[in-house]
Amino acid sequence: MDRTTIDLWVGIFVAFGVAAMLGLAMKVGNLTSSKIGPTYSVTAAFENVGSLKPHAPVKSAGVVVGRVDNIVFDSKKYEAVVTIKIDKRYVFPKDTFANIYTAGLLGEQYVGLEAGGADDTLKNGDKITQTQDAIVLEKMIGQFLFSKASESKADSKTEPSTKAVDAKSGRAKSTELGDAPF
Amino acid sequence: MSDNPIKIMIKSKLLSSITQTLRGIGKRMTERIWRLGTGTRLFFLTIFYSGESFKRFHLTLREIYFTGVMSLLIIVVSAFFVGMVLALQGYNTLQKYGSSEAIGVLVALSLVRELGPVVTALLFAGRAGTAITAEIGLMKTTEQLSAMEMMAVNPIARVVAPRFWAGVISMPILATLFSMVGILGGYIVAVPLIGVDDGAFWSQMQANVDFRADIINGVIKSLVFGVACTMIALFEGFDAPPTAEGVSRATTRTVVISSLAVLALDFVLTSFMLVI
Repeated sequence: MDRTTIDLWVGIFVAFGVAAMLGLAMKVGNLTSSKIGPTYSVTAAFENVGSLKPHAPVKSAGVVVGRVDNIVFDSKKYEAVVTIKIDKRYVFPKDTFANIYTAGLLGEQYVGLEAGGADDTLKNGDKITQTQDAIVLEKMIGQFLFSKASESKADSKTEPSTKAVDAKSGRAKSTELGDAPF
Repeated sequence: MSDNPIKIMIKSKLLSSITQTLRGIGKRMTERIWRLGTGTRLFFLTIFYSGESFKRFHLTLREIYFTGVMSLLIIVVSAFFVGMVLALQGYNTLQKYGSSEAIGVLVALSLVRELGPVVTALLFAGRAGTAITAEIGLMKTTEQLSAMEMMAVNPIARVVAPRFWAGVISMPILATLFSMVGILGGYIVAVPLIGVDDGAFWSQMQANVDFRADIINGVIKSLVFGVACTMIALFEGFDAPPTAEGVSRATTRTVVISSLAVLALDFVLTSFMLVI
């Protein structure tokens, strides 16, 4: 078959396409970074995992040491059992503490491991016993309001709450008149 | 009593205008359904007769050159500008929330998931689809297709199928190129121009773009758009009335129908992909 310039151009075109695909896979996607070599898996039970998802990072001292493999619900104990895969290079003591943290204020959730002091190390299939649940913001706000309410209940006998309301409405009125542009 | 015949006349006129409108709507509907059926038949015939376009692959190669390679320039340039504008706009908003490092994720995800396949398909319909329709329409007008049939050459195997496969092969390549070039455009605006951290740009992108869920799904989308755009262009050309006006109308319809089909299919595909 004769070679033509069209063949050359189509070849270049397809090569560009393959290169773009490789670029997307390697540079943009997580095809390279999700591989963490040989791993061992341990489980940890949480009462609440928040919005933790499979493939979420497992970090210790801020370094990614593994990934969350899967999350299942234990219907006997009513808790979530999280299986995490940790890179074989990293060894953790048996009394390691597992927390669920949030990256930043709005970021994704990850598992944080804090090493304990035991001599024994975690092995494949072991269970992390010391865990701390994900922080649920609504729960925290609820507790805060509850504690505030109980505080103010103790105070309310000495100071009537209507005074605060009066002050507020008075201020609102003054701004309405005082800040008028004309 | 005297105005009774006039009343009857007005009534009958009204009645006839109503029936005429209804008849027009019905005719249009049956026409559409008729064309849909013919288009589907052409699609299956194209698949059925596509053996020759692989056996004599140089036919398909020629068409890849005309639909794919010749579209490279418009795809690359528009991808570059789309990526740059995404980075600018995204930075403007993200900066308000103090997370301007997430600009890489924003640019990459919006390009790989949506803009890459969709904008490529729209440009492809305008650049290559119209060319296909006009070419085949003119072939029909000048009775080249009939001449082929006279020589016992199947015009679907010889003319339609190579163009179809060329479009289906070209579209994913163009869409991945669009995404990659768009991300590079976004990088150029975000990192040297605005001053977002280079490492954060790429590492956040890699942490949040999933190969299977985002990139492969984008490629699947572009493959479906490739089939839809090319098939619509081929059918419009094949179905065009053999006049100058008919070909021009068919070309216009190609762009309109392809664009609408791409946007509607995009919604359907996205909803499927998000569920799975």
